[in-house]
Amino acid sequence: MSTTLAPWFGWLALLLIVAGTIGGLFLAPADYQQGDGFRIIYVHVPSAWLSMFAYVVMASSAAVGLIWRIKLCHSLAAAAAPVGASFTFLALATGSIWGKPMWGTWWVWDARLTAELVLLFLYFGYMALRAAIDDENRADRASALLAIIGVINIPIIKYSVEWWNTLHQPATISKIGKPSIDTEMLIPLLLMWLGFTCYFFFLLLVRGRAEILSRERNKQWLKDALGATS
Amino acid sequence: MEWLDYGKHAPYVWSSVALTAVVLLWNVVAARRRLAELTERARRRLIAEENA
Repeated sequence: MSTTLAPWFGWLALLLIVAGTIGGLFLAPADYQQGDGFRIIYVHVPSAWLSMFAYVVMASSAAVGLIWRIKLCHSLAAAAAPVGASFTFLALATGSIWGKPMWGTWWVWDARLTAELVLLFLYFGYMALRAAIDDENRADRASALLAIIGVINIPIIKYSVEWWNTLHQPATISKIGKPSIDTEMLIPLLLMWLGFTCYFFFLLLVRGRAEILSRERNKQWLKDALGATS
Repeated sequence: MEWLDYGKHAPYVWSSVALTAVVLLWNVVAARRRLAELTERARRRLIAEENA
């Protein structure tokens, strides 16, 4: 299934990201307060969304794997981790680049930024823990526990701008029914958001296959499958 | 080319876009390379087992 679905997600992601980039960088009007600097949101917001979404996918898969002892779920969780870490890095880096002209500083220990940094460390911790334990079953269990405990950070990231007095602006597009962003600016953002999401699933499928190949390398079904395709 | 001129914000906008493009491309290359390596390794092992 992954060999069939992955190209679809890949090409769809490419199409949506190209369309969103053209719309966001060249067609959307400049913001009346932030000028053209606001265009960074077209890469920052989808990255930030994916950083949290990938974590939820990783933790949910790990939880299912832990409770029902499904190895495939641990493989999916392991596949989601580096992708999620990449998006978290991008969210932090592009946010920092945006912060310099808008706030006058690259970084502040604001609740939203700090929680996002904690998320990056959670991804690193998850990957390091898996790599540090040789026994696959023990690595699965330990890393799954860490992933599940770390989920608490997701609502903290999401609601940090409401719970604390932060420099980071509150939600702009997720206000149901009334996004405080112009439609001309919103459409490219939604295209980028969809494109990044398709890109995530594309990578999840490719990396998931690699994880299964690595884990099941001695299993007969894999040998049969490889024998059939060679 | 007026639509490409973001004034004083240009370095910030373009560096963000460039960084994102590099990370997205690197992720695809790394994932596909790892899958290809593992597939090749498994195939080689299968051939070795058949010949043994």
